[in-house]
Amino acid sequence: MMRHLISAADLTRDDAVLILDTAEEMARVADRPIKKLPTLRGRTVVNLFFEDSTRTRISFEAAEKRLSADVINFTAKGSSVSKGESLKDTAQTLEAMGVDAVVIRHGASGAPYRLATSGWIDAAVINAGDGTHQHPTQALLDAFTMRRRLIGRDTGLGQDLTGRRVTVVGDILHSRVARSNVDLLHTLGAEVTLVAPPTLLPIGVGEWPCEVSYDLDRVLPKTDAVMMLRVQRERMNAAFFPTEREYSRRYGLDGERMARMPGDAIVMHPGPMVRGMEITAEVADSDRCTVLEQVTNGVSIRMAVLYLLLGGNESEAAHQAQAGTHSPRSEHSASTASEEK
Amino acid sequence: MSKILIRGARVLGKETQDVLIDGETIASVGSGLDAEGATVIEAEGQVLLPGLVDLHTHLREPGREDSETVLTGTRAAAVGGFTAVHAMANTFPVADTAGVVEQVWRLGKESGYCDVQPVGAVTVGLAGKQLAELGAMHDSAAGVRVFSDDGKCVDDAVIMRRALEYVKAFDGVVAQHAQEPRLTEGAEMNEGVVSAELGLGGWPAVAEESIIARDVLLAAHVGSRVHICHLSTAGSVELVRWAKSKGWNVTAEVTPHHLLLTEDLVRSYNPVYKVNPPLRTKADVMALREALADGTIDCVATDHAPHPHEDKDCEWAAAAMGMVGLETALSVVQETMVETGLVDWSVVADRMSARPARIGRLKGHGRPVEAGEPANLTLVDPAYRGTVDPAGFASRSRNTPYQGRELPGRVTHTFLRGRATVVDGKLA
Ligand SMILES: [Zn+2]
Repeated sequence: MMRHLISAADLTRDDAVLILDTAEEMARVADRPIKKLPTLRGRTVVNLFFEDSTRTRISFEAAEKRLSADVINFTAKGSSVSKGESLKDTAQTLEAMGVDAVVIRHGASGAPYRLATSGWIDAAVINAGDGTHQHPTQALLDAFTMRRRLIGRDTGLGQDLTGRRVTVVGDILHSRVARSNVDLLHTLGAEVTLVAPPTLLPIGVGEWPCEVSYDLDRVLPKTDAVMMLRVQRERMNAAFFPTEREYSRRYGLDGERMARMPGDAIVMHPGPMVRGMEITAEVADSDRCTVLEQVTNGVSIRMAVLYLLLGGNESEAAHQAQAGTHSPRSEHSASTASEEK
Repeated sequence: MSKILIRGARVLGKETQDVLIDGETIASVGSGLDAEGATVIEAEGQVLLPGLVDLHTHLREPGREDSETVLTGTRAAAVGGFTAVHAMANTFPVADTAGVVEQVWRLGKESGYCDVQPVGAVTVGLAGKQLAELGAMHDSAAGVRVFSDDGKCVDDAVIMRRALEYVKAFDGVVAQHAQEPRLTEGAEMNEGVVSAELGLGGWPAVAEESIIARDVLLAAHVGSRVHICHLSTAGSVELVRWAKSKGWNVTAEVTPHHLLLTEDLVRSYNPVYKVNPPLRTKADVMALREALADGTIDCVATDHAPHPHEDKDCEWAAAAMGMVGLETALSVVQETMVETGLVDWSVVADRMSARPARIGRLKGHGRPVEAGEPANLTLVDPAYRGTVDPAGFASRSRNTPYQGRELPGRVTHTFLRGRATVVDGKLA
């Protein structure tokens, strides 16, 4: 494993499968009467949130606590971009406190990368969403959810998503979730199609390892998983599309459209869902919709990532470092450290 | 003032000559000149150029003296081989009145390292709404001929038209920072595959090109001259080429960094590469080099943009835009233009001295290396190879993209009206 998790693009296929498999083990902890492992006892993890996201923060916090880490929540609302020093100053404060890992959420693309590479801090850096760039743990939990649903909880172990067809619909342009998913799903062998009005697709999308379509109805019958992204109403005012009504008609998912999908296909959403615009209540409440599972799986995935990056307790970490792997189970071969981008 | 004999330099990179400076002027150029009573500089293997002229320098004074002052900026200019720089108007207060441009002009005179020709703002406060007192700035001691809201685009077509018309009265030129503001809202780097990958706000080439297209048409319509600052795209080159083919009075500049660096460097998220206009693609870089070689682009201008360390030692989004360039400009031009075989040193002299001086209507600079001309000269050792170390910069700021990079060439001597401002690569 690598030292930091900044981008889904940094993960090799073996890295990603290792994380998914480890997350399955972590999920078993949740089934125990005492939902806690001693793995990160004595280690300090900081949740450094420059941007509001209660859901993501709580998910990381739950994961950290289940691994017995000492958790510090640091919210630096709105202070970052207006005055440049704050990220660096904060990083150095955390460094002085002897922090082992920083989970960072930031409104500026590249802030976690900068934190990991600038020499301001030695801790492991986990990107919990930066600007319109990346949200790698979201992509991992989405892949985990797909593997469980489309292949199976136990049969999925060691498997990737080869041949599965995934459609991502909505505001691709502003979505770090879409970017992370395209990178990771491609690495895992899935075929990804992005569907959006041309105004909500980035100009370089033609180079991405995926298909692009403007026509949701054409794509749905060949879809195993459709991921609906949240579309902010403000985008309408910035002329990305004419009206909410027109958007819903062309790119929203209702019961009728859902019926065009194969019988076992699933509907995903990174949440929080705004029912109406991109997804109707009928779809959101159907048993094909995996939104709540995604939330549950998020904790397992984040436990797996923290476990693999921090490598358990000191002696275990040292042992694993000598063995050249942070793999929790010996039967997993060491994944090569993927190159940082 | 004493005599100086520069012995055995290649004048404009061509034949080996001796050049005798007497007082403020070049006394004679020839071979085997008499060294009697003169300080002799042995310049074998070196190239003698007319003193370099920069059309686009940010000296930051008044207002941001923590970044640069007229004194530190002109010292940096001298080290880079410049004998004249145009100081951009986006200071605090803005150089939009006769008072401010005279202040900058006087500070330049006092510095003694390099002539400082202030650029006047086109509009009051660079706000793009109301014309500044262009005539008063021209009539001031500073004698302003170049007007620019650089840092901002004069995006209102009517204001741009009026400015172009108005400066005809005193042979002025409007230097446009071509950036369509709506198309570049939230822009942080070149728009394309890399910006999509990095999740950084895209800055489309068309935002530059659409303004250039409009402005060359406006300049043609009113019969005025327009200068386009820091061209960065292949499309911009095509537009300027087209305008020139029509015989319109259009000139353009390119920065050294746009001749060398590409957007791929932004993958590091290192704000040292954050610049306005942004670094573009390899194809753009190649088009800019060709256009500078064939004269479509008239000159190299540094867009020297000093910023203190803390304004760059942060995340990309929070960082200031710009890079310093005075001290490395000639080396970058040597690497990208001379060593690639695109141009020889006489073309460098034209693009870095004669043409910028002519565009700025600057007297006494950009002159041929001939007897009777002012002794504004730059001596370059093109064989030199060295690693850029910003710790040794004369500029007050260190925001160079070339730290640790090997660049060829070194300015060994700079002469401002016969007085050495740089000797053996060090400030005199
Ligand atoms: Zn500019």
